[in-house]
Amino acid sequence: MKNLIALLLLLFLSFGVAASEGIELQKANIDLSNNASLQRGAKHFVTYCLGCHSIKHIRYLRIALDTDVDQKKMLKDIAPEGASIYDQLHSAMNKHDSEKWFGTQPPDLSLIARSRGADWLYSYLKSYYIDPKSPRGVNNLIFMDTAMPNPLWQLQGEQYAEPRKNFWGDENINLVLKQPGTLSEGEFDIFVSDLVNFLVYVGEPVQLERQRIGKYVIFYILMFLVVAYLLKKEYWKNIH
Amino acid sequence: MKPSRITECNEWILARFPLTKLWNEHMAHYYAPKNFNFWYFFGSLALLVLVNQILTGIFLTMNYKPDAKLAFDSVEYIMRDVNWGWLIRYMHSTGSSAFFIVVYLHMFRGLLYGSFKHPRELIWIFGMLLFVALMAEAFMGYLLPWGQMSYWGAQVIISLFSAIPVIGDDLSLWLRGDYVVSDATLNRFFAFHVIAVPLALVMLVFLHIVALHEVGSNNPDGIEIKDSKDPWGHPVDGIPFHPYYTVKDLVGVGVFMLFFATVIFYMPEMGGYFLEPANFIPADPMKTPEHIAPVWYFTPFYAILRAIPDKFAGVIGMGGAIVVLFLLPWLDRSPVKSIRYRGGIYKKALILFVISFLALGYLGTQPATPTATIFARIFSAIYFGFFLLMPLYTRWEKTKPVPKRLTSIHSLDEQLPALIEEITVLKPVSSEIGHSAFKSSFFTRSPNPEGIKNVIIRFVKNAKESLD
Repeated sequence: MKNLIALLLLLFLSFGVAASEGIELQKANIDLSNNASLQRGAKHFVTYCLGCHSIKHIRYLRIALDTDVDQKKMLKDIAPEGASIYDQLHSAMNKHDSEKWFGTQPPDLSLIARSRGADWLYSYLKSYYIDPKSPRGVNNLIFMDTAMPNPLWQLQGEQYAEPRKNFWGDENINLVLKQPGTLSEGEFDIFVSDLVNFLVYVGEPVQLERQRIGKYVIFYILMFLVVAYLLKKEYWKNIH
Repeated sequence: MKPSRITECNEWILARFPLTKLWNEHMAHYYAPKNFNFWYFFGSLALLVLVNQILTGIFLTMNYKPDAKLAFDSVEYIMRDVNWGWLIRYMHSTGSSAFFIVVYLHMFRGLLYGSFKHPRELIWIFGMLLFVALMAEAFMGYLLPWGQMSYWGAQVIISLFSAIPVIGDDLSLWLRGDYVVSDATLNRFFAFHVIAVPLALVMLVFLHIVALHEVGSNNPDGIEIKDSKDPWGHPVDGIPFHPYYTVKDLVGVGVFMLFFATVIFYMPEMGGYFLEPANFIPADPMKTPEHIAPVWYFTPFYAILRAIPDKFAGVIGMGGAIVVLFLLPWLDRSPVKSIRYRGGIYKKALILFVISFLALGYLGTQPATPTATIFARIFSAIYFGFFLLMPLYTRWEKTKPVPKRLTSIHSLDEQLPALIEEITVLKPVSSEIGHSAFKSSFFTRSPNPEGIKNVIIRFVKNAKESLD
């Protein structure tokens, strides 16, 4: 028995070590109930991402209704010129061109937050650095040799990768901002958070509604449980 | 008095269909042992989940498109544009995991109380066939969302058939209907998932229950209640299933629904175990994901497959892990059914088996590193050892005397007042004033460290004794 416990302990320890490899993700500070953030995120997406990436599983109308924007304002401020409120967020770039330019078709981002997670997206968008060896001149710490150029470089500025020794003498790569962009670091963090917030919302537009309804469902099930328990008690009182 | 229209209608039906007879045979006059405990909720819960899967499945098929080009988008269409589609889909996806949780616990109950032993061998066989059908149902259903994990999971599992000598390649080609998993595979899996396998499941459930009601239910004491009957021919220790167990199972249903709803509304992905992150990426035959793992309920068997170095031997091992379950009634040579009266060796073997099953389940979700593979081999050996050595260790085990009649164990809510009495002391009375609600024991008593210590020591002693 003791051997077994030692064995199990060893097992979990060995996995703990294996799991800690890889680069640690930064925590995305997002709030789905913050409509202003979602609206800004939608606008950022249309401005910086929609050129290449579609979100075909959502329409401008749904975003307007869910984030509480007037439909006219949606078309004027957020949606691209000429879009209809019933349109899905389709990119104008065609497959043929994108394959010629980037070697691949930029993926649809409807579910990217569900496959990658908010923290990954947040860290990814913040982890571009100048890399003269890469064909696009930039690389990404989180996703090495990504086909995507950094669309936010003007806002963030230019980051450089610098190896640094940490406390234990291991070498880590740190990103250092050498050429500031048009946004300050704090502003850029908020910018990326808004964008990630929007992508998380788009991944499952119903999620806030789902959590709201859940409270009532669970309340009614609890009521049912009380009644069922009392009924059982009543029927079983003579069974010994 | 003239009989009412409804009575006439009832009589008309009863003259032509044995409704009352059926009801009595299977519900009102079906005598079940009166000492069913926690483990006996999972049979009725499995039935509940089956009904949930069929009903939500019907609604899903109304908007799902079994077409490699449309399938993924149609699932997202259900999630976003179909009214309440997200709820139906989550009920179905959570239901599939819940089905396996419930069924694994139901099967474990069988191992605890020897429900597979004489005279219930056939019930166990039907149950095992149900389990196999359920695995087929889940495997084929998992392809339908047509995500990366659906696609590559199916690709890996079907390619296992190609390991069979001589006919392997042709067999896997025949199963897929193509050289890779494709639209043809999706269509046939859809057909099997929505009609063929569910029909088999429903028929097997029917057989499982008919066989059960023929011999009667086992119980935590593992004795036959039919051996002691009252003058009217009813088992002394039996109570009619309806209303006693129908109302009791309703409580079980309530507790189950509480967990089920919590998952559906607050954690439908269950940390990536019920809905895997990689499955939110559309299937791409040109891009293999870094790490392919089946859904959690298949991982114990998948870990056994990977633990064996040779592919064909691995397939045999994985199949054997399920086949060996069918043989259980004949592997167990103990004269005693319930774990309550079995010797210590079976109890320890069962604990080892549970640990190895859970560990294999965990290892199956992880990448196969050399260390992980070594552990998977050890646990696979324990898994098979539990079954294959059973004829030996159950024959030698020292059993305890089995009582003639059911023993009664006080339920938790009966024990609770005495337990509270023991682990708390009365607070010194501070004042006489106060609402009567404040006189409940929650306010008038404070924890007693001495009592708590005694209870823990007694619990540990009992736990240790019960292993011998």
